[in-house]
Amino acid sequence: MSAKVAVQRYALVGAWIAVIILFSILRPDTFATTANVQNILGSQAVLLVLTLGLMLPLTTGDFDLSIASVLSLSAMVLALLNGENGWPLVPAIAAALAAGLAVGLFNGACVVLLGLDSFIVTLGSGTFVAGVVTWISDSRTVTGMSPQLSEWVINNRLFGVSLVFYYGLALAIVLWYVLTFTALGRRLLFVGRGRSVARLSGLRVGPLRWSALAGSGLIAALAGVLYAGSTGGADPTSGASFLLPAFAAAYLGATAVTPGRFNAWGAFIAVYFLVTGITGLQLLGVDSFVQQLFYGGALILAVALSQIVRRRAAGREAVAA
Amino acid sequence: MTPELHTTPAAPSGAAGAAAPVISLRHLSKRFGGAAALDDVALTIEHGEVHGLLGENGSGKSTLIKVLAGYHVPEPGAELEVNGQPVRLPLAPNRFRELGLAFVHQDLGLIGDLTVLENLRVGELSSSRSLHIRWSRERRAARETFARYGFDLDPSALVNELPETDRALLAIVRAVEEMRAALAHDQRGLLVLDEPTVFLPREGVQRLFSLVRDVVARDASVLFVSHDLDEVREITDRVTVLRDGRVHATVATREATEAQLVEMIIGRSLAAHHHTAPERPAGEVTLSVRHLGGRTVHEVDFDAHRGEILGLTGIIGSGFDEVPYLLFGARPCQVGELRVGGRSHALPLMTPRAALKARMALIPADRQVDGSVGALSVTDNAMLQVLDRYRPAALRLRRLRADTRELLERFDVRPRDPQAQYESLSGGNQQKVLLAKWLQTRPEVLLLHEPTQGVDIGAREQIFNLLRSEADRGITIVVASSDHEQLAALCDRVLVFGRGRIARELTGGDVTKSRIAEQALNSSAGTASITTEEPEV
Repeated sequence: MSAKVAVQRYALVGAWIAVIILFSILRPDTFATTANVQNILGSQAVLLVLTLGLMLPLTTGDFDLSIASVLSLSAMVLALLNGENGWPLVPAIAAALAAGLAVGLFNGACVVLLGLDSFIVTLGSGTFVAGVVTWISDSRTVTGMSPQLSEWVINNRLFGVSLVFYYGLALAIVLWYVLTFTALGRRLLFVGRGRSVARLSGLRVGPLRWSALAGSGLIAALAGVLYAGSTGGADPTSGASFLLPAFAAAYLGATAVTPGRFNAWGAFIAVYFLVTGITGLQLLGVDSFVQQLFYGGALILAVALSQIVRRRAAGREAVAA
Repeated sequence: MTPELHTTPAAPSGAAGAAAPVISLRHLSKRFGGAAALDDVALTIEHGEVHGLLGENGSGKSTLIKVLAGYHVPEPGAELEVNGQPVRLPLAPNRFRELGLAFVHQDLGLIGDLTVLENLRVGELSSSRSLHIRWSRERRAARETFARYGFDLDPSALVNELPETDRALLAIVRAVEEMRAALAHDQRGLLVLDEPTVFLPREGVQRLFSLVRDVVARDASVLFVSHDLDEVREITDRVTVLRDGRVHATVATREATEAQLVEMIIGRSLAAHHHTAPERPAGEVTLSVRHLGGRTVHEVDFDAHRGEILGLTGIIGSGFDEVPYLLFGARPCQVGELRVGGRSHALPLMTPRAALKARMALIPADRQVDGSVGALSVTDNAMLQVLDRYRPAALRLRRLRADTRELLERFDVRPRDPQAQYESLSGGNQQKVLLAKWLQTRPEVLLLHEPTQGVDIGAREQIFNLLRSEADRGITIVVASSDHEQLAALCDRVLVFGRGRIARELTGGDVTKSRIAEQALNSSAGTASITTEEPEV
C-alpha cells in the first residue's frame, strides 16, 4: 500500500478537514461550535440514507433517477395516512415503505424483463410518481402527524445529535458489510463491472439488478419516512432537491476509501463534506443559490476525478506491460 | 514440390499496362515489441488489376492494410508510391482518402438503424456546408448511382433490414463513390476489400464479384484479402502470399493451382512437433451435439469423449468459433440438442447457469469483456463462482485469499499475489487465473475459445500441459481455435468447419498443422478435397 494509494484513498477526508479548518478560522464563533456540528450531522442524515440506497443500483450498473420522487411519495403517504386519516404510525410507515418498494420493483421489472435502459425507465417513473404525489396531496403541504415520529427522528438526541444521524450511520454499516463481506456484495459488484463475465459465470444477473433497484426504492422510502419525521409533515415538491446531491455524493464517495467503487464510507464522507461546505458558506452569508453551485460543481468534479483515477490506473498498466 | 513461381511476378493481364502502378510499396517492415509482423515486404498493384493478398492468421495481412490506412507506423526505410508519386510514410490518419484509397472491412462499417441513403452519404453530409438537405434530390441521385453499378436498392430502406449481400454491395459502392470524389478525373484509386465475403451466400458472392469487375473496369484497382481460395482464384489477376511477415511469393493467379496456393500459404517447414493423436477416441461419449444451428452453423452433429481434447476449426466465417458459446447458452441458439452428463438439454433454452449446473465450463476468447473484470483483484476474479464455500453471509476473507494463493501456486501464476489487480498480470498469467477459476468448479466438459491468444510461448506450453493433464483425469475438452499449430499440439481429433457445417474430421496422423490448415482452406470452398499425399516433414 504505497503512499500514493493512501493519498488517493483519504484525499476526500483531507479535503473535508481542510474545509472544516477554513470555516473554523473564518467563522470561529458560529461554525466551530458543538451546536453547529450537531446540527450538520443531524440535518443531512436524510441525504445520507438516500445516497446509500442509490449506491445499490449504481453498483450493479443501473441508474435510479426516481429516488427523489419516491422520497416525496413515501413522506406524503405517511403524512396522509397518519396525519389526515388517523392511521397509527406503524401501519402508516409500513404503507409508505411498501409504496417505495413497489416503485423499485416496477423499475426493476422494466429494466430486467423488458430490457429497457434504467436511465430512461427511472426518469419516466420518477416523473410519474412526482405527478402521483401532487395528485394525492392536492398540491398542498400535509401536516398534523403524530409527534411521536418526530420524537424518534430528530427530537431525541444521543450526545446532542438527533437520532436520525444514527439511523443513517447504522445503514452505512449495513451496506458496508453487505458490499464488502458477503458473497451477495461481490456478485452485485461483478454484475455492474462485468455484466458479460457475471452472466457467463452463472450469476443471476437479472434478479440481482432487479433487487438492487427494489432496494434503492425501499431505502428511498425509508429516507422519506425520516424526512417526514424531520419536518413534521410532507410537501409535494421539496423532495426533488435531494436528487442531485445524492448523485454527487455517491460519485464523490466512489473516489474515496475504496477508489473506483461505490462504497458506504466514501458516500458517508462525501455527504458530510458537501454539507459542511454548504453550511460554512451559508454562515459566511452567501446566498442560498450557492447550494446549487456547490452540488452541481461537485458532481462534475467527482466524475472527472474518478475518470482521472481510472485513466491513471490504465496508464500504469500500459507502462508495466 | 513447389514450382518456381515466386521469381518473376507476372504482369497483370488487364488493360492499360503502360500506366504506373497504383500502389508500389517497398521495404515495408513493422515490429511489435521484439516480433516482426512485417519484414521487408514489397507489394505492387498494377493499374486495373485485382490483386489477392493471402496468408494465414498472423502472417501480416492486416498489419499491411493498417499501414496503408495510416493506423500503424512502419519502421523507417519503407517506400510508398501512389500512381507513380512518392508518398511519405507514415501516412497521417485519413490521408489515404486524398490518395484515392478506400477500405471495406469485414464489418462493413455501416450504421444499421440508418437508411441506405444516410449511410451512402454519411461522409458528404457531415462535411457539407449547405444547411438544407434536399432529400428527394439525394434519393434520386442515390438511385442513379446504384443503377450505374447495375443494381437496385431502395434508398429509404433501413440497412438492418437489407440482406447481407446488399449490405456488402452498399459498403463497396459507398467506398468507391467516396474515392471517385477524392480523385481527379483521369486518376485511379485502390479499393481494399478485407474479407468482404465471409458472411455471404454463394450467389451473393457472384453479385459482389460482378460489382468488383465493374469497379476495376472503370475506377480502381482492387486489393482483395480473403481466406477463400476458390474466390481468390476466380476474381484475382495476381496474388501475393504472406508468410510469417514476409512475401513468400507473388504469382499470376492463372498459373497456380489451388494445391500450390495452399502450399504457399501454409508452407511445410513449420510442421510442429506434437503428440500422437489416437486413430479413434477411446473413452465413452460424454458430450453429444445434434442438429446445432446458430448464426452461421447449421445442422452440426458431433460427439466428444471422456478424456478427449477435440479441436474445432475453420476459416473466419465458417462458424466453428460460435459453437462453444452456443453449447454454453452464452449466445442465442436457433435449434439443437445437447446431451451431457446423461441428460438432454434443448439448446435454445440453454443458459450459462444451466450449463454450469450440467458441469460445463467456458473460457471465452475475449478475456477483457467476457472473462474478467480487470480492475478487480485476482482473488475477486478467481473465486467468483465458489464464494458459497466461504460462508456467503460473512465471507472468510483470509481463507479466501489463502486458497487463492494456493491456486496461484498450483497454476504457476506470477506474481503470487492474490490482491494484485487482474489486469496487471501478463496475458499468460491472466489465462492461467481463468483456468484456475473454472477448474475449481470441477467441470466434466471444458469449452475453450482461442485459449492461448495473447499468451507468450512459455505460458502457452504450460497451458497445453495443464489441459492435457485435465484430459488425462477424464474431463472432456473442446477447443475452438484458428491457431492450427496449437490444435496440432493439443488435440486428439479436429473437426474442420466450412460454410457452417463440419466438412472434415481429422484423426490420428492427420492431426498436424499443415493438414489442418490445408483442410480449413479447402473446406471453405465446399468443393472436392485436395488430397496431397505427401508425407509430413
